[in-house]
Amino acid sequence: MKIAFTATGTSWDSMIDPRFGRTEFIVLHDEESQELISIDNWAVKNETHGAGTATSQKIFELKPDVLITGNGPGDNASGALKHLKMKIFVNAHDMTLRQAYNNYKDGNLKEI
Amino acid sequence: MTEKKPFKIAIASGKGGTGKTLLSTNLAAYLSQTRSTLLVDLDVEEPNDFIFIKGTLESVSDQYKMIPEWGEDKCTLCGICSNVCKYHAVVQLGTFIAVFKELCHSCYACSELCPELALPMQKHKIGELSKRSDGHLTFIESRLEICEEQAVPLIHQTHNLVDEDYNKIPFQLFDCPPGTSCPVIAAAKNTDYVILVTESTPFGLNDLKLAVETISKLGKPLGVIINRHGIGNNDVESYCAHNQIPVLAKIPFDRQIAKCYSKGELVYAKVEHVETSLRQIIKYLDETHGNHE
Repeated sequence: MKIAFTATGTSWDSMIDPRFGRTEFIVLHDEESQELISIDNWAVKNETHGAGTATSQKIFELKPDVLITGNGPGDNASGALKHLKMKIFVNAHDMTLRQAYNNYKDGNLKEI
Repeated sequence: MTEKKPFKIAIASGKGGTGKTLLSTNLAAYLSQTRSTLLVDLDVEEPNDFIFIKGTLESVSDQYKMIPEWGEDKCTLCGICSNVCKYHAVVQLGTFIAVFKELCHSCYACSELCPELALPMQKHKIGELSKRSDGHLTFIESRLEICEEQAVPLIHQTHNLVDEDYNKIPFQLFDCPPGTSCPVIAAAKNTDYVILVTESTPFGLNDLKLAVETISKLGKPLGVIINRHGIGNNDVESYCAHNQIPVLAKIPFDRQIAKCYSKGELVYAKVEHVETSLRQIIKYLDETHGNHE
């Protein structure tokens, strides 16, 4: 399984970024290879419109099975993400990636 | 005789709820007793002049914007469309091109640059214009469709239509949206004079300053009307005096106005000092910007 996080940094100890479209990084954890890779999403800072759909496109290219985020995607981003068979878990703000991952594993995160 | 260009007045405010609609509807109705007048409700997200201006409905027309529609069979997934879209309204998701019509600004870039012509532009309804007439008063209401996010294209289209079809009406009032953002700028840009309606409260003053800055950037002459005069303090008047901004009228804080307004009635016929204020405003506009009778 590939797990994507919206994150404010690039390591397991970074905090979850509660924002979807304007997340600072997208971090991808591959459970098989145990790899942790990150995508810098700084470019959306300059976007006044369409941050959600732009970030959705980046996530789409990573093809994760699960997305763990905070507030959850907005309407436009949800519209884009529905084309991807991916489970989305929200309310992971105020957690590090590691805490969020463990909570997901324990079934404590809310799925939308 | 050469035809005079119409005198276009925007009625705007920084703060909402200061009395744009009160002034727009009463000034338009009062003016129309003696001269041919046009009132345009450009507060397209919540037009409410119709509550006060009755008249006979003469026509309703749908307004559209153009958005691309993806033709899957022609598409080679080259990615040009999603790369070129500044607004991320066209997004490539694997083998699917998603078009987000709310984000689209109708720039045509994706459609024109698609080598396969797989994104033809299609009409999409964004709102309605309705026209009512009551004696010398012509009233146009511009109303955005529910769920549409962009007011600006509809405001532009309304201005264009007024320029084309109502050029003969000498006095034109445009009831603008509140605030200082794009819709207000779109509404005020195509006018000759801006009236800012405010109230003598700290909130009124703060938002008036923002509105004055915005309208000054557009290079429009402006005047202020202080509504609910008597509440708050004198800071708005001091600010106007200090910045040489003319105060066209002060409409007193009066329960009688609220009573009429809440019943959907025009106020000037029932409250004499409102009629006096309207006369002052018209006198000022006639003296400073020519007689448009």
